[in-house]
Amino acid sequence: MAETPLETARRAAAPDDAASAWTRLQSNRNWLGFWFMLPAAAFLILFLAYPLGLGVWLSFTDAKVGSEGEWIGLENYEWLLGVAPVSDFLGIIANELFGTEFELEGDTTFWLSVFNTLLYTVVASAIKFAIGLYLALLLNRHMPFKAIIRAVVLIPFIVPTVLSAIAFWWIFDTQFSILTWMLQGLGAIAEDHQINWLGDETMARASVIFANIWRGVPFIAITLLAGLQTVSASLYEAAVIDGATRWQMFRYITYPLLTPIIAVVMTFSVLFTFTDFQLIWVLTRGGPFNATHLMATLSYQRAILGGYLGEGAAISTAMIPFLLAAIMFSWFGLQRRKWQHGGRDD
Amino acid sequence: MTRTGEPRDSAVQVTGDAADHREGIDHLETRLSRMVTLWLPLGIIMLVLLFPFYWMTLTAIKPDAELIDLDTTNPLWTWHPTFKHIYVLLFETDYPVWLWNTMSVAIGSTVLSLIASVGAAYAIVRLRYRGANWVGGAIFLAYLVPPSILFIPLAKVVFDYGLFDTPFALILTYPTILIPFSTWLLMGYFKTIPFELEECALIDGATRWQILVRIVLPLAIPGLISAFIFCFTLCWNEFIYALTFISDQSNKTVPVAIVTNFTDGDIFRWGSIMAGALVGSLPLVVLYAFFVEHYVAAMTGAVKE
Repeated sequence: MAETPLETARRAAAPDDAASAWTRLQSNRNWLGFWFMLPAAAFLILFLAYPLGLGVWLSFTDAKVGSEGEWIGLENYEWLLGVAPVSDFLGIIANELFGTEFELEGDTTFWLSVFNTLLYTVVASAIKFAIGLYLALLLNRHMPFKAIIRAVVLIPFIVPTVLSAIAFWWIFDTQFSILTWMLQGLGAIAEDHQINWLGDETMARASVIFANIWRGVPFIAITLLAGLQTVSASLYEAAVIDGATRWQMFRYITYPLLTPIIAVVMTFSVLFTFTDFQLIWVLTRGGPFNATHLMATLSYQRAILGGYLGEGAAISTAMIPFLLAAIMFSWFGLQRRKWQHGGRDD
Repeated sequence: MTRTGEPRDSAVQVTGDAADHREGIDHLETRLSRMVTLWLPLGIIMLVLLFPFYWMTLTAIKPDAELIDLDTTNPLWTWHPTFKHIYVLLFETDYPVWLWNTMSVAIGSTVLSLIASVGAAYAIVRLRYRGANWVGGAIFLAYLVPPSILFIPLAKVVFDYGLFDTPFALILTYPTILIPFSTWLLMGYFKTIPFELEECALIDGATRWQILVRIVLPLAIPGLISAFIFCFTLCWNEFIYALTFISDQSNKTVPVAIVTNFTDGDIFRWGSIMAGALVGSLPLVVLYAFFVEHYVAAMTGAVKE
């Protein structure tokens, strides 16, 4: 890096033997940068990078709570994934979707949690995206009280997830569910029929996915709205003059210009849905019959409640490939954005 | 964002005499179609989004007898509001202690993170030391590392450092979630401050530290407020670390305490549980009400950068 004239002058002014740490600190941007970075770097190395590595290492040991554990190689993974992971993976999908009864080589609960996590992520993200985009388009239209409506929409995102999850727990109560009462009142179900919202396997999955969608939609809608507001209105004017329909304007103007921000928002959404813990822990703790156990909740159960740190770490580590896939997705989304803005670097 | 208002107004004038619904200019829609395509779906979505809070509030102020009575009274309203549940919560449980823990942990880790992020963001954007771009990228990647894959090894780290079951376990680990986000946000703000201002100060003999404190930070106050509010909310929200690293009753935060201490299956606890959830949400909602714009800027800013 070339020296600025100022730095050269300073260096010349300072006698060589007096080039102490202090002078260097004041003039050398690398040194200065090092000190400015130090607090952030210390936190991120001590409590993020090091634990990330430690987690991978733990997954190769038989560490338990209170004992250091020894290197056991791939044993945790063999125990979880079994000897034939691919057939186990296909087997659990067939078992859950088509009711077949394949015997799995690996840990059935683990494979069930993988299936649940993928189901949860795919279904919740797709619906969140659809509703979020729709809501963003609605909010982007001219209407009175726009600011207030927009502020209110975001409230589910502000309120701590655990606390709103507890509200859902009460809404999904077996005996005193307000939802059941409403459905009875509307005549959708019989007066004496009770819906076991969180006790039945399929209903429990649907209920937690609903709660997740409820919580995620505001984030997606408000971020996409911010993207929509940067789309120049003159493009729509031109389209109107050319006789474009509403759908054509969405398909050929809004959507292409919004793709970069959609890519980023959905990456975040997928990432946080995939690693969700709070909602499940409050609503079902993985039950009934592990039907809602996600990989995150299973790793908590095995590592912290069960004490098998190594095995829990292996489950966590197994999530990393999926996260990397999401990050790659984000990366290509950002690349495309630069291209769309004419290749500028900023 | 400020650009969008102007052209849209002119669009209204230009197409004033063309009355074709397909053109998509909002003011030309009939009242009925506007009702069906805008207000009806918006109303339904808002109703679903807000109903859990209404239900939470209503449960918190309903007498116990009405909570489990869906037949003789209308459960969607109460004529006998009571503050009993909130009273029990505040005076007969440790709730105030948990509230205080949550607040102090949130403020402590937010302040620590902001100090660290200001330094890092300034160094990356303005000092441009060797490798600054790489570090910026690495910080973005750190943003993508979720707590649910870190809590197991972190539990071991926290235990080894002797922090287990102390507030410092949370105050020192939360910044790993906050620093990447707020650094990224502040980098965006610092980039908008004219470089010439700093050059002038450098020529006048100001040190980098003086420039940061006297010029850059005062100009970045909106960004700092955004970062503070968002970090504070994230801390208040955090669950998995607090659940894992804290076991003593008196060190718990509100989300963890409500889940672990209140949910003992007793049907008559519902009033108190909902009161706890309500009181625990209120500080954030009030904060949010005052700083909506900063909040939205923080949320969308980090994504747009």
